[in-house]
Amino acid sequence: MIELPTEALWLVIAFPLGGALLLHFAGRWLGEPLAGYLASAASLAALAVAAVAAVPFFTGEGHPSQSLLWEWMPAVGASFEISWDPLSALMTLVVTGVGSLIHIYSVGYMHGDPRFARFFTYLNLFTASMLTLVLAGNYAMLFVGWELVGLCSYLLISFWFTRPSAASAGKKAFVVNRIGDFGFLIALMLIFSTFGTLSYTGVFDRAAQELSGWAPTIIGLMLAAGAVGKSAQIPLYVWLPDAMEGPTPVSALIHAATMVTAGVYVIARSAPIFELAPVASGVVAAVGAITALWAATIAIGQSDIKRVLAYSTISQLGYMFLAVGATAYVAGVFHLMTHAFFKALLFLAAGSVIHAMGGRQDMEEMGGLRKAMPVTFVTMGVGVVAIAGIPPLAGFWSKDEILSVVFNQGGWYTALWLIGLITALLTAFYMFRQFVMVFLGKPRWPEGVTPHESPRSMTVPLVILAILSVAGGLVNTPFRLGLEHFLEPSFEGVRLGHPPEGVGLVLVLAALAVGAGVVGAAMAFFAYHRPPEAWRRFQSGFGKLWGWWENAYGVDDAYGAMLVTPGRRLSEQTAFGVDMKVVDGAVNGVAWLVQATGRLIRPAQSGLVRQYGLWFGLGLVALLIWILVRGVA
Amino acid sequence: MVELVIFVLMGSGALAGGVTVVMARNPVRSAMGMLGSLVSLAVIYVVNLAHLVAAVQVVVYAGAVLTLFLFVIMFIGVDRAEDTSETIPLQRKLVAGLALVVAVGAAVLVWRGRFSWTPAAAESVPIPNGTVQALGGELFTTWVLGVEITALLLTIAAVGAIALAFYRRSGKASAEK
Amino acid sequence: MLEVTPGWYMTLAAALFVLGLTGVLVRRNALVMFMSVELMLNAVNLTFVAAGRAAGVLDGQVAVFFVLVVAAAEVVVGLAIIVAIFRRRETASVDELAALRG
Repeated sequence: MIELPTEALWLVIAFPLGGALLLHFAGRWLGEPLAGYLASAASLAALAVAAVAAVPFFTGEGHPSQSLLWEWMPAVGASFEISWDPLSALMTLVVTGVGSLIHIYSVGYMHGDPRFARFFTYLNLFTASMLTLVLAGNYAMLFVGWELVGLCSYLLISFWFTRPSAASAGKKAFVVNRIGDFGFLIALMLIFSTFGTLSYTGVFDRAAQELSGWAPTIIGLMLAAGAVGKSAQIPLYVWLPDAMEGPTPVSALIHAATMVTAGVYVIARSAPIFELAPVASGVVAAVGAITALWAATIAIGQSDIKRVLAYSTISQLGYMFLAVGATAYVAGVFHLMTHAFFKALLFLAAGSVIHAMGGRQDMEEMGGLRKAMPVTFVTMGVGVVAIAGIPPLAGFWSKDEILSVVFNQGGWYTALWLIGLITALLTAFYMFRQFVMVFLGKPRWPEGVTPHESPRSMTVPLVILAILSVAGGLVNTPFRLGLEHFLEPSFEGVRLGHPPEGVGLVLVLAALAVGAGVVGAAMAFFAYHRPPEAWRRFQSGFGKLWGWWENAYGVDDAYGAMLVTPGRRLSEQTAFGVDMKVVDGAVNGVAWLVQATGRLIRPAQSGLVRQYGLWFGLGLVALLIWILVRGVA
Repeated sequence: MVELVIFVLMGSGALAGGVTVVMARNPVRSAMGMLGSLVSLAVIYVVNLAHLVAAVQVVVYAGAVLTLFLFVIMFIGVDRAEDTSETIPLQRKLVAGLALVVAVGAAVLVWRGRFSWTPAAAESVPIPNGTVQALGGELFTTWVLGVEITALLLTIAAVGAIALAFYRRSGKASAEK
Repeated sequence: MLEVTPGWYMTLAAALFVLGLTGVLVRRNALVMFMSVELMLNAVNLTFVAAGRAAGVLDGQVAVFFVLVVAAAEVVVGLAIIVAIFRRRETASVDELAALRG
């Protein structure tokens, strides 16, 4: 058994970071397949190091440990230190594992793109940023990773920046995230002013003694604000659907392995603070539950294959928020992990479909792809079943655990549980709706489109992810709480939410969740496994509601009218009113004043030496008279 | 009595010369007026016991400097009669005012000062006699440093004049061949 | 019997000085301006001589000596400049040398 010292963990970040640097400078020279292989190798190397380092935690012999890389700002407890505990180990494995598969998949997907190498530069940088975030040993380093992730998301979403929609989507992601980051920064300042340090150990060890009154609630809410931005919750979720403008592997990376999970991770990591702030936890749970339902209804109305998945991600992230808000940190992280598997699978499968359809994303134009692309069909089917929460696939175990823990919290959490249950039904409905529309029925392909199965480099990751989606849930079942024991050292001293004690109640809850999933799936199957005219009739049955769903409740338009348009008008006023009239006016006014003064006194410099002499004489005489009249002293 | 006669004669001569310098339209006449003024002043210097200064005045000023002036006037052209109309607005009026103020001011100061000659009673003080011996002794003892410095100044002036005379556009100073 | 006091000489000097001043400021021929300056210097010299005699010291005459030397040097350089300007600009009028007009 190799014992990898914590000191060597910097390699986990160094591999993708080095890959990014190398590709940045030599990517063009390395050329098309090689750059992709190199990036994938860097990601796999990070995975290998992380896996070896995580072995002690699996065997139960590991202890959380820190390793200081170098001092940065010792005065605020901020340095580049790596914190290695089960939580960060799990996150690292998910990020590098799923990330590696996405890297490999991208080699096939990005084939022929003129900026092939640059894409992998960004992917590697993205991975390195996310690893910096999860491996950080203090809030300052976490914030560095946090911001780098934001930057990379911007770079990747607007990767095809020549398309205006992609460029503005990247901007939108960046700006919306910035709003959350503002709250996050406030949280960091509050933490520093309270504890005098930003290091995890320093904060968490003394959290119970130092925090009192409303302090933990405010810190918790501010942290949650940052998390809401990163993890795309109400009201800051609007950037995520637009993030579809990036290449599909990017969507998979953002939605599954990196970026959006950062918010959930931060809340789970800050569990000792949230434990002291039940109000903040409650807000997180409520936001999560409402977001889950809200996004699920929107997902129903979408016809773009990637938008359905985007709103699905928001909805699933709502589940995770609900879990961590209900102090079910293990369940939340568990769902984060399983979701990483099946959402990456779904996205990559969707990418495969888009690839086959020649870039078309409208599900109305698909249908009957079952025969054309069998591997994609089967693997995506696995993903759909997994997210719908049908046992024994991964989604069932994590979602069921979340719902049962939330139910067990009692009180008004019961209402949240009910929302979660309805969302489970809707989740199954929109996922099966998508599945049926894409793969079943008769082909509705436009002229000239002949779908074909994707290349090996794309299907192999699909298969691996499908296997993980099937088996991933088994790490933490009510019969064998593997993940809970695994994560125990990370949540030491934190009261964790638990499912109800009685076996009967657990079974009833599970049956309800599964029932919701099955009902939703059945409804979707019966409504959509019919000709398109029948769907339309079915959809018109919802009346105005369907229009709202299709329009995503018009939130984008509302934000546009409330914030963007006034902002643009203010900018215009500032640019053409304040700047051109006031600022430029002042500048020009000064110039005019100088010019006018010059014009006024210019005749004094006549160039005529006689005149100068006269002035000189007059001045001299005046001075003499002055002296003679006043006296010298 | 003799002094009064000389003062009146030579004083009016100096003034007449000065007026000629300022008024004459032909530069040569100005130079002649200048000559008259200088010589008249030399006589007044003699009356004022400044014999050496008077001699230097005649030799250096009336001789060398004025000859130089005349040479330059000839070089530039004698027949260039100057246009006497004033082009600078208010110049003449302001000059007249300035001249008036200076003249009146000086006169007031002089007559309020009530200067008088050193009383003869103070026997210990010899009446200054500007002989070569007296002035030379003073210059080469008390003022020797000043003499050296003015000598240097003269050298610099001579070099400067030569440099100006031989200046070419190329910036090279070289003797004409 | 009128006695010629130092004040008489100084008044004469003042008159010469004003004449010179007027010449400098009114004439535009550089040469005449120069001669006017010499006139002013002579006026000052006269004051020095008279004041020296009045005070019974030789210092006035020493000052006149230095003024003479400096005036000679000034005339040499000044005339050289006038000649140089004339060679280039074909004029001796200072009013036409107004290249520095603002």
